[in-house]
Amino acid sequence: MTAAIDARGVVVDLGGAPIVRGVDLAVAEGEAVALLGANGSGKSTLVRALLGAVPLAAGSVHLLGAPLGPRVPWAEVGYVPQRVSAAGGVPATAEEVVLSGLLHGRRLRPPRRGRARALEALAAVGLADAADVAVRTLSGGQQQRVLIARALARRPRLLLLDEPVAGVDVPSQRAFADVLGRLVAEGTTVLVVLHELGALGGLVQRAVVLRHGAVVHDGAPPRPAPEHAGEGHEHVHPHDGEEPARETDVAPAVRW
Amino acid sequence: MVAVTEMLTDPLMQRALLVALLVGLAAPVVGTYLVQRRLSLLGDGIGHVALTGVAVGWLAGSVAGVTPHDALAVPGAVVFAVIGAVAIEVVRSKGRTSGDVALALLFYGGIAGGVLIMSLAGGSSANLVGYLFGSISTVSGADLALTVALAALVLGVGLGLRTAFFAVSHDEEFARAAGLPVRALNVTIAVVAALTVTVAMRVVGVLLVSALMIVPVAVAQLVTSSFRRTMAVAMAVGVVVCLAGLTITYFHDASPGATIVVLAIGAYVLAAAARPLVRRARRAASRDPHPDVPDDVLVAPARAEEAG
Repeated sequence: MTAAIDARGVVVDLGGAPIVRGVDLAVAEGEAVALLGANGSGKSTLVRALLGAVPLAAGSVHLLGAPLGPRVPWAEVGYVPQRVSAAGGVPATAEEVVLSGLLHGRRLRPPRRGRARALEALAAVGLADAADVAVRTLSGGQQQRVLIARALARRPRLLLLDEPVAGVDVPSQRAFADVLGRLVAEGTTVLVVLHELGALGGLVQRAVVLRHGAVVHDGAPPRPAPEHAGEGHEHVHPHDGEEPARETDVAPAVRW
Repeated sequence: MVAVTEMLTDPLMQRALLVALLVGLAAPVVGTYLVQRRLSLLGDGIGHVALTGVAVGWLAGSVAGVTPHDALAVPGAVVFAVIGAVAIEVVRSKGRTSGDVALALLFYGGIAGGVLIMSLAGGSSANLVGYLFGSISTVSGADLALTVALAALVLGVGLGLRTAFFAVSHDEEFARAAGLPVRALNVTIAVVAALTVTVAMRVVGVLLVSALMIVPVAVAQLVTSSFRRTMAVAMAVGVVVCLAGLTITYFHDASPGATIVVLAIGAYVLAAAARPLVRRARRAASRDPHPDVPDDVLVAPARAEEAG
């Protein structure tokens, strides 16, 4: 079995500070792996480095057998960033955002059946009705699902997701877990950054835990730290900025 | 009616109307990407640099003794605008200097350099005013040919690569992670913006060039909800204000460039005033915007369960 992701000795410096410090990470094709760790442990930066969105200070990354660069079959790599980057000044519909997910290095114009594929991807995340709605008028959870649809539209063989369910309502989380479960069953390789396993716990076969930019665990999914397991536990994410988002635990019916 | 026929058969006016039509179509296409990238003032910065290019072209023309002596002004503007636009893009992507400081340096350097070199080249202030505020009524056959070629290029690239430009303008990091040639696309947008500025300079002048790119988009986004429709409506607004402004100044003595921009701002005010009415009508016709999701908390009486 070939490695979908093969990262060796990855070091990332942002603004002079070492954010990722010598990470080795191998994900085999068809595997579903969770990348865990506290806020600021370097999870998101590692994922962005794996995709070439931030430069490597040292180390090497191979995706689907090719070294990071134009030789990677980008058409088969899907990425779901953590948040909508500050919405642009011009309105855009959900369908237009998803359509942009069909482009890659060798395709600068959407394919002929692009619209149908965009609608298909929106339907997969339960937003078929919202295709013609301006993204900025959707709720935070729905916007996150649009970004997931954008990654699914290209029918990726390798899917990287950065906290796809943070701040997403419980039904959307379950719907998303179903979609992801189906993809994993079909053989899609998944690397998903999570704050805690939650609704996706049953899907991942392996977990890699980062602490201070280095791997401290690589193996069976670990159990949550005791202070995170309590019923009434609330997470306040510093990176959520605008509103103190309450991370939705799946089990409890009352969260206040 | 006779007067309109007379206007349409005047060859000078025919050329001017054609240039206005092309500029009205092309400028909002680029403007849509600039507004989406929150770089609305980029066109202004490029316009100021283009003035230096005009002056350098003028100087080169008078040194080389070409006739007419401003024959190299527009080519000079094209060269300087492209260099300036690419420089702004490089500064922006490196993130070394904050974007607005870089733009400010270009604004002041461009205007000061342009005025200084123009006076060295022996140009009069009347020549300068022509470039600052536009001189569409003196479009020559050669000007028209250059305008047609540049406008065709801007429209072809701007519309043809729409989805790719949308992708990099909407979410640059995703575009990079998707393997798109982000830097090449960004530089292409900057170059297309520079070409648009030099084309539109003829109509409204370097000081108002950015208005033709940005204001129609500002009007359009008040009334649309999609990127494609925003661009289409902006192009329609651009064409209407350019042709209307030029026609008005054919009959009444006023600056065409200023009239066009005032008309565009007027369209914005009208659209902003009409917006609440449109919204109300649309809201009345549409469904509940909230997603149909069960409550996360138990509320007594459990309305949702009873209804179900």
